[in-house]
Amino acid sequence: MSNKRPVNLQLTTMKFPVTAIVSILHRVSGLVIFLLLPLLLWMLSSSLSSAESFDALQTCLSAPWVKLIVWGLLAAIVYHVFAGIRHLLMDFGVAEEKQSGKVGALITIILAVVAIVIVGMMIW
Amino acid sequence: MVSNVTSYSRNGLRDWLLQRVSAYVLGLFLLFLLGVYITQRPMTYDVWHQVFSNLAVKLFTVLALLSMAVHAWIGVWTILTDYVKCTYARLSLEAVFMLALVIYVIWGVVILWSM
Repeated sequence: MSNKRPVNLQLTTMKFPVTAIVSILHRVSGLVIFLLLPLLLWMLSSSLSSAESFDALQTCLSAPWVKLIVWGLLAAIVYHVFAGIRHLLMDFGVAEEKQSGKVGALITIILAVVAIVIVGMMIW
Repeated sequence: MVSNVTSYSRNGLRDWLLQRVSAYVLGLFLLFLLGVYITQRPMTYDVWHQVFSNLAVKLFTVLALLSMAVHAWIGVWTILTDYVKCTYARLSLEAVFMLALVIYVIWGVVILWSM
């Protein structure tokens, strides 16, 4: 095979269109949710097993750094849902052209950021 | 050709479809949780416990857990296939992730039926 093919793997020189950013964040958020699943199940367990453990969980969740983790988890879920809905709409042929795809990606990011800020305000 | 013996259904189109079906189930479950959060105020242990005592809610939660496992498996498989090129490393990671998902589903069922 010829070695004269152009190779460009310098990430700093590459341009990431908004669609690429939406796509990679969808993967990252999915992985974050997967990694935090034990935390979710532990919270479900504590909240349901007894009134005492429910109260203990509430106390635990009021700590500032725990709130930050919960906000991060909810942010990942919110983003993943919005980017997922974008995919489901594309399944029906909505916003899958080059230009409309970019607009759809931008709308996804804007809606997700607004929702994540609202979730943050609800936590604090 | 990429070997697909580790993909969830060993069939790309079926994986695609299962990814969608599980996504709809998870979306509906999240809407249900949001509905509980908005309507049941103030949230106390008794109210929360009452919600999950309902058999329909338990079954819906198990359905969501199963959907989560299928959905996460297809997603993780796609990511690992793309980024982990060493076969031994990829298969090891896939085994760890898959076992974790099975444990999560069993853990969830135990939580729901021991409350």
